[in-house]
Amino acid sequence: MFWKMVAGALRRQKGKHVMIAFTVGLGVSLATAMLGVMFDIGDKVNQELKAYGANLNVIPRGASLLGDKYQLAGDDGGEAAEEVLAANYIREDELYKIKMIFWAYNIVDFSPYLTARVKVGNEEINLVGAWFNKHLSLPTGDEVDTGMASMKSWWKIEGQPVDEAFPDGVMVGRNLAGKLKLAPGSTFEAAAADSGLVKTLTVRSVFSSGGEEDDEIFAPLALAQELAGKPGLVQRVEVSALTTPENDLARKAAQNPDHLSRQEWDTWYCTAYISSIAYQIEEIMPGVRVKPVMRVAESEGTILHKTQLMIVLLTILTLLCSALAISNLVTANIMERSVEIGLMKALGATNLSVSLLVLTEMLIVAFMGGVCGYLAGLGLARFIGLAVFGTSVEVKTVVIPITVLMILAVTLLGSLPSLRSILHLRPTEVLHGR
Amino acid sequence: MSESARNILEITDVSKIYGPLKALETINLTVPPGQWLAIMGPSGSGKTTLMNIIGCLDTASEGAVRLDGLNLAQLTRAELTGIRREAIGLIFQQFHLISYLTALENVMVAQFYHSMVDEGEALAALERVGLADRAKHLPRQLSGGEQQRVCIARALINHPKIILADEPTGNLDEANESLVMDILHNLHQAGSTIVVVTHAPEVAAHAERVIVLEHGRVVSDK
Repeated sequence: MFWKMVAGALRRQKGKHVMIAFTVGLGVSLATAMLGVMFDIGDKVNQELKAYGANLNVIPRGASLLGDKYQLAGDDGGEAAEEVLAANYIREDELYKIKMIFWAYNIVDFSPYLTARVKVGNEEINLVGAWFNKHLSLPTGDEVDTGMASMKSWWKIEGQPVDEAFPDGVMVGRNLAGKLKLAPGSTFEAAAADSGLVKTLTVRSVFSSGGEEDDEIFAPLALAQELAGKPGLVQRVEVSALTTPENDLARKAAQNPDHLSRQEWDTWYCTAYISSIAYQIEEIMPGVRVKPVMRVAESEGTILHKTQLMIVLLTILTLLCSALAISNLVTANIMERSVEIGLMKALGATNLSVSLLVLTEMLIVAFMGGVCGYLAGLGLARFIGLAVFGTSVEVKTVVIPITVLMILAVTLLGSLPSLRSILHLRPTEVLHGR
Repeated sequence: MSESARNILEITDVSKIYGPLKALETINLTVPPGQWLAIMGPSGSGKTTLMNIIGCLDTASEGAVRLDGLNLAQLTRAELTGIRREAIGLIFQQFHLISYLTALENVMVAQFYHSMVDEGEALAALERVGLADRAKHLPRQLSGGEQQRVCIARALINHPKIILADEPTGNLDEANESLVMDILHNLHQAGSTIVVVTHAPEVAAHAERVIVLEHGRVVSDK
């Protein structure tokens, strides 16, 4: 009988119930989309921030960062000189190991750098060798293309970028090009400051970075190694990695991983924190130190935290609006049925049994609307992902139980005022018009 | 057997006050089991208020109401709901059938809230009011007289101790009025206690006792 009454009521007030289902569906679709984006936003924000450059600097263990940039040492031969070289340089042929750590697939790009001092006319300037779009064949069988081309996406380049296939082709910084009157296609002679080796170089492009690089020349790594007299060596490596935003565990590990408990250590090591990736690179390349660019890592955490907070608040607001709209619709529904409810009470129905009947109707309607809303939310999340991040958002399965709870919460919250009116409804007022 | 044990209904000094208005004033009334009582009076005389108090749909402001020996003033709202379910059969002037349920299901609703549904018993109740063949019809497919007979079947289904009918023929034509009154006669002959509220003398004439209310007071008891 109960279900006959529920089915009958659902059939009789089809229009109102469709409106309630639509309202629930609208709220749930927005909430599902927002939660879907929220759970996936970590990776998306991370990918966006990769456009702002490397977040890890790999330097030789014995060298200070300042020394790496401006000092060239260990070029006088002998065993001591070898040690100095080992302390101040990284072997180019070991760099592939960066792509062999546990989090290899999170290493998006990396590029080594070596600076040679050269004379062009009367000017003594830096010629920076780097990988631009280097192809690597890893021992694992994987093929990788990496280099600084995609790590410096904000550089404005006029002309052709440097290509390893053109060993004497270089990029000249805008300031330097103006000073030396160089343009794409022109050639000039550069002499190594130490050895006096002279090379005729071709300008492939002029670039603008907005930084000190505008006074430098960028060239294929092999050219810089030849001019600096450091074959097979690099001074530093910039690594761009997809990382998990920092949290308390990551910060604790960054101070000293040895202070972590075994469980904390496992969690930290198996999570793509910037500190755990740095640790793993140091593990596989014992001669280097890896310094996270904390400015970038912290920005990721801050942006993510604020964005997630905003999404949670918007989701709550959306659900509250839905609850309010549902409340109005359910109250109108109950008012329309006040005689029917009054009759039930006159026949001996308790407040509980009438409330259960109404709630069951509302929950059935809400779940139908909620399921449609959830499916629409999946599509909306996909649209938001494509529109904002350029890739679709993958809605995690954890959103499903949250959606069910949302439907329950919104329906119960929206039904509260009408349930209250059921409790206070007096049969005499509706059956006899008193 | 004492006097109070014999009476199904005892009303003692009952008043109902709405702010400055006294809808009922010091009403005293006893109804023995099996009696057919008609309550008459003009509009606003307090007949429906008195019926609501007897039917546990409302409570008296003053005085005592005993239904089948129970003092209604001492009962909670939930207990009054229980009394309505167990002891009272209500017949309304506007029928108040649930529009999306069939005649049979409307009768079964009363069973549902009383104990458990029994389709055979509900069908028998409809047969008793001459509507077995209309059991599967929705209220909108029934005439006014048929709807009132469904309402009577619903009032009878749980074997109430007292049947309260508020203007049972108020919305019916003469032929249907006659049908309904015949059913009430049959119920009375079968031993049911019936209280009918009406302003129509021809309806009240069927009762074995008629009281007349005016301005909330009993002015006649015959």
